[in-house]
Amino acid sequence: VRWLAQTLAVASISIRTIPQRLSSSIVAIVGIAGVVIVFVAVLSIGEGFQAAMTSAGSPTRVLVMRSGADSEMTSGFNGAEADVIKQAPGLLRNGNLPVASSELYVLVDRNKRSTGTPANVPLRGIEPAAFQARDEIQIAQGRNFTFGTNEAIVGVAANRQFEGVELGSELKSGELTLKIVGLFTANGSVAETEIWCDSRLIQGVYRRGNSYQSVLARLDSPASFDTFKDWVTSNPQLNVQVRRESEYYAAQSTTMTSLIRGVGYTIAALMGIAAVFGAILTMYTAVASRTHEIATLRALGFNTISVLVSVLAESLALAALGGLAGGLLAYVAFNGYQTSTMNFQTFSQVAFAFRVTPQLLTTGLIYALTMGLIGGLFPAIRAARLPISSALREL
Amino acid sequence: MKFLPLVWRNLLRRKVRTTFTLLSIFVAFILYAFLMTIRTAFSMGVEVAGVDRLMMMHKVSLIQLLPISYLRDIQSTPGVVLASHSTWFGGTYQDKANQFAVIAVDPEPQLKLYPEFKVPDEQVKALLADRQGAMVGRALADRYGWKIGDRVPIQATIWEPKEGSTWYFNIVGIYDGEPTVDKTNFFFRYDYFDENRRGAYGTVGWYIIRIDDPSQSAQIAARLDAQFANSSTETKTSTEKAFLQGFVNQVGDVGAIMVAILVAVLFSILLVVANTMMQSVRERTSELAVFKTLGFSNGLVLRLVMAESLFMAIIGGVLGLAVAWVLVSAGGFNSAFLPVFVLRGRDIAVGIFLCTLLGTLAGALPAMAAMRLRITDALRRN
Repeated sequence: VRWLAQTLAVASISIRTIPQRLSSSIVAIVGIAGVVIVFVAVLSIGEGFQAAMTSAGSPTRVLVMRSGADSEMTSGFNGAEADVIKQAPGLLRNGNLPVASSELYVLVDRNKRSTGTPANVPLRGIEPAAFQARDEIQIAQGRNFTFGTNEAIVGVAANRQFEGVELGSELKSGELTLKIVGLFTANGSVAETEIWCDSRLIQGVYRRGNSYQSVLARLDSPASFDTFKDWVTSNPQLNVQVRRESEYYAAQSTTMTSLIRGVGYTIAALMGIAAVFGAILTMYTAVASRTHEIATLRALGFNTISVLVSVLAESLALAALGGLAGGLLAYVAFNGYQTSTMNFQTFSQVAFAFRVTPQLLTTGLIYALTMGLIGGLFPAIRAARLPISSALREL
Repeated sequence: MKFLPLVWRNLLRRKVRTTFTLLSIFVAFILYAFLMTIRTAFSMGVEVAGVDRLMMMHKVSLIQLLPISYLRDIQSTPGVVLASHSTWFGGTYQDKANQFAVIAVDPEPQLKLYPEFKVPDEQVKALLADRQGAMVGRALADRYGWKIGDRVPIQATIWEPKEGSTWYFNIVGIYDGEPTVDKTNFFFRYDYFDENRRGAYGTVGWYIIRIDDPSQSAQIAARLDAQFANSSTETKTSTEKAFLQGFVNQVGDVGAIMVAILVAVLFSILLVVANTMMQSVRERTSELAVFKTLGFSNGLVLRLVMAESLFMAIIGGVLGLAVAWVLVSAGGFNSAFLPVFVLRGRDIAVGIFLCTLLGTLAGALPAMAAMRLRITDALRRN
């Protein structure tokens, strides 16, 4: 208990005297805060992208594509095959009709608002059952489109990111003419970056004949997945693959997310090394300026451990300040920042918002404290080993 | 110059402090090089795009195909020197994760349009002689250990062959080029592709067009598009640079993100160096006063302190850049995501400028303080 009291007393002295060493302390705080800001900001891009991609997936929905295709973009089969898929057991039925939508997924060039240059905006052709299959879709403004016409609805994120897809406007490109009659939300998922219209319309304009690229269907229960998959993949009329929608989108996001994480961690590690060097300098300075005081404490009988802990405590306090400040700034500056990027699997745009999550902030703070610990270690050992007599003789 | 030993001695006076300051500058500039390399990789050759090349694609989007019959119309358009076509094949090798750009081309005009792809003549001949021949980039060949003569199976993603789902190619050529050239492409012959695919015969992905006068590119592009206006397949022609820039913009402003990170890094390092210099001047107050008493002018004292700061920044910075350059050249950071991975001379020059700037800014305040030091005050302080 006495040992603890000693340690606490010395540690509180060193922390309370931080303001006296303000200029060098600020160097350590700013250095560590900078690392945490960059770390949190870069990784929040990855978090946001992943959230947009994975919130699209529901485990009760399945996506059927041609086998060998790596995305909806490269898939394709004819209308007869799509009809066979819809007969499969395990699908949810509404009366006699399966809750399944044969879809086409193509691109249309629109200018990105932020740059004014063309971007590949995904255009999805759907069937009426699509709205039953995706029950999270809600019309935010205007109304839903009417099948059999050239009306279309636009996801709110697409509306925000691209020019010429406003409510009430007409999207014209080549032979394609779409009347935008509504905006929809999809629970923040990737569908919000898409434009939706009748699949028959796309078959005509994009010269697809009676063909589709995917069938999106709702299962009667998540457990029916195997029944459905076995039937569809063993049917000799079909040459298709079946994936849960959630798995499909998770797989699409891995390349981008792991790239962002890889770059983010590398940058944070390098910056961290530089910041640790800065922190070591600060703590050496702190120890140097307190040489007298530390030697006096030791002479009075305070043990070496308490001196060691006090230096570490100061370093950790600076790191915690830096970590908190960095995390807070990153949150204020970046959380919810709207942007869009390209999904390399389909070359189509995905709008998403940076997400500074509590886990990211915690990781950032832990990283800051680690830097503080490493930065304080050598100066602390030096302080603890300070020879009392010569230290007191200095000056 | 004769004061250089003095500056050097001053730096050695506090070895620990100098070492850690140097190390943090060193790491900061390795990071600088890393960020600039990523930035270059994401600019995807925009800066090296041929000024005399136009790209023509379907007006609605690049996934729509164009008829091959357009080639003759394009070639007879005034201002056009040479034209050829490319078609995106997709495809994967061995595993679904192994994706790279597989493109069906007409080899002869393709190599004339892209002189930056360097291939030995006999390999070009081999490609023209073998319908299943393929020409791959050096980096791609190294990644999968391909050699000339290898037979490579590529799984179809978009274009299924007439039989099964795998296409077979013979590697007959390996192209090389400057560090900024993307060496991860896989080119194969369009005639084989068109004959062996299951449908969409006679269509191509996009046209590459060389024009005689780059200053006329907008007019020629408009002329080309006008030819196909109101047809069932309308076109959109832009310069290769504009096309690539548009593609880069779609990914997002990676460049701006890198620069923002860099500002954060350099600001922190500036504080570290400035703090070190401040301490060093503060410690030497009486010594500087003695210098002045001995007749060192204010300007000389200012220069001495500045020199110390610059010395540290430049040594740390240049070492960092050199180590990063060695790492990048050795392919230390190379990955499948970033096809072009080079540290360009321009970025190194900017790096050297930045470390000089860092040294100057960090030294400015302490040097001013040292210059303004009044001998009497300084000597009295102790």
